[in-house]
Amino acid sequence: MAELREIVHRIRSKNAGPFWITIDIFCDSPDVLARVAAALPVERVAGHLRLDASHLKRFEMPTLNVLKFSFPRPHPQGSLRDRDMHGAQVALLLESLEV
Amino acid sequence: MMPTRVLVPSGVLGLGFDPAALARGVAAGPDIIAIDGGSTDSGPFYLGTGTSKYSRSVCRDEWRYLLEARAAAGVPLVIGSCGTCGSASAVDWMYEITCELVAELGQSLRVARLYSDVPIDEFRRARDAGRLSPLDPAPVIDDAALAGMTNIVALAGAEQIQAAIGTGADVVLAGRTTDTATIAALPLARGMHAGAAWHGAKIAECGAFCTTRPASGVIMVSFDETGFTVTPMGDGARCTPQSVAAHMLYENSDPWILHEPGGHLDVTAASYTEATQDGVRVEGAVWVEARDYGVKLEGARLAGYQTMMLAVIRDPRYVEAVADWAERLLAHCRELIAASLGLLDDTYNIELRLIGVDSALGGLERDHGSPVEVGVMLLITAASQAVASEIAALINPHLLHYPLTDDEPMPTFAFPVSPVHSDRGAVYEFALNHVLSLSDPMDGFRLRVDEVGHG
Repeated sequence: MAELREIVHRIRSKNAGPFWITIDIFCDSPDVLARVAAALPVERVAGHLRLDASHLKRFEMPTLNVLKFSFPRPHPQGSLRDRDMHGAQVALLLESLEV
Repeated sequence: MMPTRVLVPSGVLGLGFDPAALARGVAAGPDIIAIDGGSTDSGPFYLGTGTSKYSRSVCRDEWRYLLEARAAAGVPLVIGSCGTCGSASAVDWMYEITCELVAELGQSLRVARLYSDVPIDEFRRARDAGRLSPLDPAPVIDDAALAGMTNIVALAGAEQIQAAIGTGADVVLAGRTTDTATIAALPLARGMHAGAAWHGAKIAECGAFCTTRPASGVIMVSFDETGFTVTPMGDGARCTPQSVAAHMLYENSDPWILHEPGGHLDVTAASYTEATQDGVRVEGAVWVEARDYGVKLEGARLAGYQTMMLAVIRDPRYVEAVADWAERLLAHCRELIAASLGLLDDTYNIELRLIGVDSALGGLERDHGSPVEVGVMLLITAASQAVASEIAALINPHLLHYPLTDDEPMPTFAFPVSPVHSDRGAVYEFALNHVLSLSDPMDGFRLRVDEVGHG
């Protein structure tokens, strides 16, 4: 077992418009992508992000060795309750996941 | 058929680019220079107020370079989403800067302004006529939400930019535009491959972000009848199949599909190969035309007026129990506000954020270490600045001295500034995520053409 951050190249998140956030997990090889993809099914990631699993979109991109997740923001970007205008910190939540 | 070459100087005006790379791009003979002027990424304040996030002097300096590059290349220069938010006021702000520079440079230009604003009355009529479709998730747009709406803009696509270029303009200053439309417009008008036009535009929308050296800014995209080639202009910058393909992911919730006015782009079957020494060749994207023509809307509404206060807790006993302390303080504040000001809970908003504990992620935070100090940020939002300030004044002594329990000496926390409260003025929120269907792409968009610097 390892933490996600130890085996992938980069994890980033960003707004995808004011109402969505997207997380990109860059793996360096098909083997790492396969391992990460197997360890991160929708249900597990949704649970970790405290989301309804039906709201989490998941994309495997073998040509880029990328696993991508997108989900509606809990609070619209920049609204009163929002704490992270660019949605760039939420990716850090996944870094310590055991894979 | 000759290819159509689009020179993209930077991801956004105000972000900077390498002048030498721009000169290299001009020398390579572009057919058009296209740059983005904004986005929603900086938050609702800019659309709410119709103002620019970027410094006027920086935008002016960069725009001067681009006007000179335009003159040297002898091609149109197009900027989309003027002044961050693309409201009419932001388009006119760019126009004012352009007029100043034209006078300084001694140029004579035909300048087209494309306005994307949707007046509230027109929006209401469109809503009532059923021309509005919600995207997911869509805020509710009842009359209360509409009452506070300050600016609504429609995101122009290639058709409206083509109309602006079609006026014979040397410079097009466009209101809110999709990130891709200014780049895709000319290749589409000249009959280049439609899938490639939109795909290349998406890859190029952030300038050199799709290269190995994002800060170099400038790239050239050459569109033809089967695909496109993207080439960096910056010294030492390279495009690789990975750096190019990866940009489809950026700020995009679906990495294969991109919705645009009039249809969508599907890149599922796209291929990326090394072409020239530094460039990448892309083919295989597909443009799928929609049955109805629709444009996405953005709207910002007033969320209230805000006052902020910040205190710092250093006492280890308080730091250790800060979550309980914060909860008790907040409840105490609500009681004070009700008792002293007679305000009901739903007429104002007060939030306490613990800086150094969970301030970025809130309830999602998993790591709780042992901070030696905690910032306590209070955000008070009310229907007027006077009320928000009054609430802050009421809370101020309690934020300074609130004890952990009732039976202990009164603590005093650190206030880093005087006055401890800052009135932040009006705050806004994004209030639309909808598509407006149009019978003609120019419906609601407005073009104005001026001869600037003539005589």
